[in-house]
Amino acid sequence: MDTSRSYLEPSSFSKKMAAAIIIVYAVITLIPISWMVMTSFKNVDSAISYPPEVLFEPSLEGYVNLFTNRSRQSQEYLDSLPPPQNWYEELVRSREMVITGPSKFLGRYSNSMIIGFGSTFASVFLGALAAYAFSRFRVPLKDDLLFFILSTRMFPPIAVAVPIFIMYRKLGLGDTHLGMIILYTVVNLSLAVWLLKGFMDEIPKEYEEAAMIDGYSRLQAFFKVVLPQAMTGIAATAIFCMIFSWNEYAFAVLLTQFNAQTAPPFIPTIIGEGGLDWPAIGAGTTLFLLPVMIFTIILRKHLLRGITFGAVRK
Amino acid sequence: MSQIKIVNLQKSFGDFTAVKNSNLTINDKEFFVLLGPSGCGKTTTLRMIAGLELPTSGEIYLGDEEVGMLRASERDIAFVFQLFALYPHMNVRNNLSFPLKMQGYKKSDIKNRVEEAAKLLRIDHILNSNISSLSGGDRQRVALGRALVRRPKAFLMDEPLGTLDAEFRELMCLELKKLHLDIGATTVYVTHDQLEAMSLADRIAVMDGGEILQADEPNIIYNKPKTKFVASFIGSPGMNFFEVNEGISKDQSFVNIEGAKFDIPKQLEESKGSKNFFGIRPENLTLNNNEGLKGSVFGVEYLGSRKIITVKTSLGEIKVKTDISINVKLNENVQVKPLNNNIIIFDGQTDKSLNSEFIK
Repeated sequence: MDTSRSYLEPSSFSKKMAAAIIIVYAVITLIPISWMVMTSFKNVDSAISYPPEVLFEPSLEGYVNLFTNRSRQSQEYLDSLPPPQNWYEELVRSREMVITGPSKFLGRYSNSMIIGFGSTFASVFLGALAAYAFSRFRVPLKDDLLFFILSTRMFPPIAVAVPIFIMYRKLGLGDTHLGMIILYTVVNLSLAVWLLKGFMDEIPKEYEEAAMIDGYSRLQAFFKVVLPQAMTGIAATAIFCMIFSWNEYAFAVLLTQFNAQTAPPFIPTIIGEGGLDWPAIGAGTTLFLLPVMIFTIILRKHLLRGITFGAVRK
Repeated sequence: MSQIKIVNLQKSFGDFTAVKNSNLTINDKEFFVLLGPSGCGKTTTLRMIAGLELPTSGEIYLGDEEVGMLRASERDIAFVFQLFALYPHMNVRNNLSFPLKMQGYKKSDIKNRVEEAAKLLRIDHILNSNISSLSGGDRQRVALGRALVRRPKAFLMDEPLGTLDAEFRELMCLELKKLHLDIGATTVYVTHDQLEAMSLADRIAVMDGGEILQADEPNIIYNKPKTKFVASFIGSPGMNFFEVNEGISKDQSFVNIEGAKFDIPKQLEESKGSKNFFGIRPENLTLNNNEGLKGSVFGVEYLGSRKIITVKTSLGEIKVKTDISINVKLNENVQVKPLNNNIIIFDGQTDKSLNSEFIK
């Protein structure tokens, strides 16, 4: 019998099995994403060719189409124009079209950024204050309040779409950045309060007491001593909030049209001439994926520590 | 540095009264220990002095100033927590300079004061280390250093040695005492460990059930306890008590119990009722074979230089601290006899000690 390892340690066979399962799972989840990224680098023809092309000549046509509005022109008109100034103009001309201006994508994308990060910051900030209060102070009806806060997650948010639509129209919040930030913050806040309260409970109150004795007010102690120690929880909460508000589709379709429309309802409306412009949609979704991915990678260390936090006594 | 005075201090949490109507004066430059079992209100008292709890009623004076309702940050005191509460996201130097930063000192002044305190506590070589990499003793020193840098009016310590292992605790006890002699700051120290209290304190206040039972120098607390609780809590093992079902009158000088004669110091006060308690320290008793209380040996603990022998008698179990030369076997019949008349009589109704020649 092999006694070189402890009984608690997995055998090399089970380690290999675990690796194999993870690889299979990763491949299954990554295929649609890699197909999406591949589509974004195809040209319009190879994107819809049958059988599908796995090996193809990469093209930036999808990205050019995503960022521009174009119109089809006759060959005579194209010939009468001065030669193209740059590579993307040349690409568009080769399709017998001219660029008529930038598309709305950049505006929609920055709307998503403003609303996504804005509501994430607001949820985490307000959530941290509320969680600290619930964790440290004797709040009257504390348990009832916490349950009430949680109960806002017990129905799908879209169930209240109609009242919110009417309220927003009356209040003039429809199709505004502020309106969307408030909406996503409200939806995320219950999650933020509950998650962060758990983390705050784990931080011994002696830390802020020590800071208060050292001459700081409670609010200063909160910012200088409690928040830095709650970083793991804040990172985990921020990621969950960000993912929700970044991906939210239903309210965005319902409440935004021009001014504050986010990327999710915009991307499917990219329709090319004579059929869907799959490379442009692929390019849009690929770019749409990046911010959350980068955000999560930056906070990944905290996230991993965060969701196992409190499982083992420090 | 200044005197701390608490007047009629009371603290209730809902129906529970943690500290009852307490009065105490802690002198300038004194090392004062609050001693008692857990839940006796000693930590609550300390936290009220610190400003971490607000009193339900009563006053707290720091020097001449009434501070009872001031915030902790406005009191100019330092607090050392049992779990140290060092900020884990800062290194040692930043932990030490944290209290100074708030007070708006110049950077160079902060640096000087931090290094001065670090030198005093011999932690100058770890100033740039992370808190998580420090040993228990070094954390303790950093916690003391953070209290020290501000040169506060008073130091408050809540069982600061509680988490250290026994060997290290003794060493830190000595260091604390030396530190106190060096800087001469008014210190209030909370502990449940009587040995710590005895070795550190200029004066000790023994607390139980939210009340301060006695505040005196260590030798007076040990030799002349004012209540039965103080007598039983102090000393290892604590004092023996025999129930006596007779009244004690003024000028009485002996009592017969179960056929054994006990000389007692001349009483200056008579008891209120007919049920009273004799208190005798284990070291004031000895064993022999011909006089005293009859009983059988129930247990023998060997302590190196002394032996503690538990004898079962008709009055209950009695602990006797004897010389190691005395050899007895379990269940052997012996007799317990007092060595002297160092006996304190506690009134059965009030649990307070009666005045005598010995204890006035």
